[in-house]
Amino acid sequence: MTTTTASTELRARQDKGRKAAQNREKWAQARTYISAVVILIWCLAPAYWMVVTAFREVGFTYDTSLLPTHVTLDNFATAFDTSFGNRFGQALINSVFIGVTVTAISLLIGVFAAYALARLNFRFKFLVLGFILGASMFPGVALITPLFQLFTNIGWMGTYQALIIPNISFVLPLTVYTLTSFFREMPWELEESARVDGCTQGQAFRKVIMPLAAPAIFTTAILAFISSWNEFLIASQLSNDATQPVTVAIASFAGAQPNQIPYTAIMAAGTIVTIPLVILVLVFQRKIVAGLTAGAVK
Amino acid sequence: MATELGPTPVKGPASGGTPVHHGPKGVGEDNKILSQGKWATWLLAPTVIALGIVIVYPIISAIVMSFQKDAGLDPATGLFTAGGPAGIQNYVNWLGQQCAAPGGGTVACPPGTLGGQFWSATGTTFLFTVITVTFETILGFWMAMIMARTFKGRGLVRAAVLVPWAIPTAVTAQLWLFIFAFEGIANKLFNASILWTGSEWPAKWAVIIADTWKTTPFMALLILAGLQMIPADVYEAAKVDGATAWQRFRLITLPLVKPALMVAILFRTLDALRMFDLPYILTGGANNTTTLSILVINQIRQGFNSAAALSTITFIIIFLVAFIFVRFLGANVVEQSGATGKGKK
Repeated sequence: MTTTTASTELRARQDKGRKAAQNREKWAQARTYISAVVILIWCLAPAYWMVVTAFREVGFTYDTSLLPTHVTLDNFATAFDTSFGNRFGQALINSVFIGVTVTAISLLIGVFAAYALARLNFRFKFLVLGFILGASMFPGVALITPLFQLFTNIGWMGTYQALIIPNISFVLPLTVYTLTSFFREMPWELEESARVDGCTQGQAFRKVIMPLAAPAIFTTAILAFISSWNEFLIASQLSNDATQPVTVAIASFAGAQPNQIPYTAIMAAGTIVTIPLVILVLVFQRKIVAGLTAGAVK
Repeated sequence: MATELGPTPVKGPASGGTPVHHGPKGVGEDNKILSQGKWATWLLAPTVIALGIVIVYPIISAIVMSFQKDAGLDPATGLFTAGGPAGIQNYVNWLGQQCAAPGGGTVACPPGTLGGQFWSATGTTFLFTVITVTFETILGFWMAMIMARTFKGRGLVRAAVLVPWAIPTAVTAQLWLFIFAFEGIANKLFNASILWTGSEWPAKWAVIIADTWKTTPFMALLILAGLQMIPADVYEAAKVDGATAWQRFRLITLPLVKPALMVAILFRTLDALRMFDLPYILTGGANNTTTLSILVINQIRQGFNSAAALSTITFIIIFLVAFIFVRFLGANVVEQSGATGKGKK
């Protein structure tokens, strides 16, 4: 008799415990979802506000309804309008040209350095790695003064090369260390096999490793392009109206009235500049996160 | 990685993955294999030369310039003063906030001039750095902890955090300028009427909030990558042993994620110390939001050599902070991204 009561009691207590555990589990899950929603709102709300405003009529710039109201495409036309001295269209072309050139040069040079750092053993390896990492953390402002003077003296102010060369100072180190950490993860045994089959180290690199490395190189190219695309400090000082990139164009966007900031047009320009990047980043999300965090954790 | 090492032990602290030369082994004997060191020299040369041109050369010429006097008109007498060697006068002027006095010598810079803003700009730069990095670390850690859990829609959250990161800083600045406009959404939302960019503390907070929004995702992703290196069974074992959630966080998560966290904090700190785009566009450096970088840029057109001295001071400050991090706080960047971690898998 007593044993049965005891066992029922025990079972009841166990049930209670299980239910409590389940409840706790549910609570934890709910908290996770609430946090996730908070993160989503925090990250996306300002960006959403930019897009919504970009589609709003100028007269309703400060409309606060969360859904799109007074929808228009005028702002995009205003963004490209050159009558107030804005050269947004030209700036887009400039940014693409500068970004592509900087990325191409950095990859072309950096891929060899990354290979050496990932694969070879040599003296001063850590010194070189430290130098490159240090270079990527370098304050752009420390370069600008001598470059400003040098480019003034040789008549390069406002030229494309005056914008491309300083950008290499931070894109190249980024390229090298991202590629280095990607290269460390690759199946290098294949290179060994190619060598055994009679390839030289150079041939093995070109014929076996390069095709395998393509995704890593592509991801690095995206990261390099984005960092060049976002550059502002150097361009704001060394470019002129004809060569300025989009960041400079957007920062100094002028409207019809000198003391009224044309927010809707700026938001439209911002949307145009941002959307391609966001799509690129979302499509290659996994690879990009791997590339971004490559330097920090290994 | 040990499989690659073959029978011959690799000498020295060789990080794994080294191809060990097994002698000629049928490889064309006429193909003289260059030693690794020689190879490395050739492969690294273009990068080292390029960085030498775009970084080392400007740095050296900045240092040379910083010891020169700025030529120009004396503001007081209207006479032309020639350049020439200045010794450490430019540095003394910045640190002591001294300006050239009419007829030689120096006086304390009048308020409003660039020369009188050095210490306030330094203070602002460090204030921004400390506050934004603290916020970003706490928020980023929290975001990373959430993203490390398994739940439906995790992919969406991980994608969403990349959005602020992908928006160019110049666009971010304009966006927050609009949000903080007098009639903007921030004031409407909180039913306030603050002139955000019109006075000192609101302007500072505007910069801090915008920067935190923009760069927390980067921090979160770095910390998340660190969290994912921690094997799940460590937590399971701790749970079995009866560790509370807080104990698990303090005794497992924190110490194990510390290396990645320190590197993330170092990266962000160095980045924040050179902050330029956001305050330059958002507030124009007004109301005491001028950072050291903005001060250098404003000085360039007033005198190269003096600007070079200031940029060298900025560089030294950033270098010292990096040194302190690496030396005393154990942020071992080179080791982290260097050849360690090999064979750890």
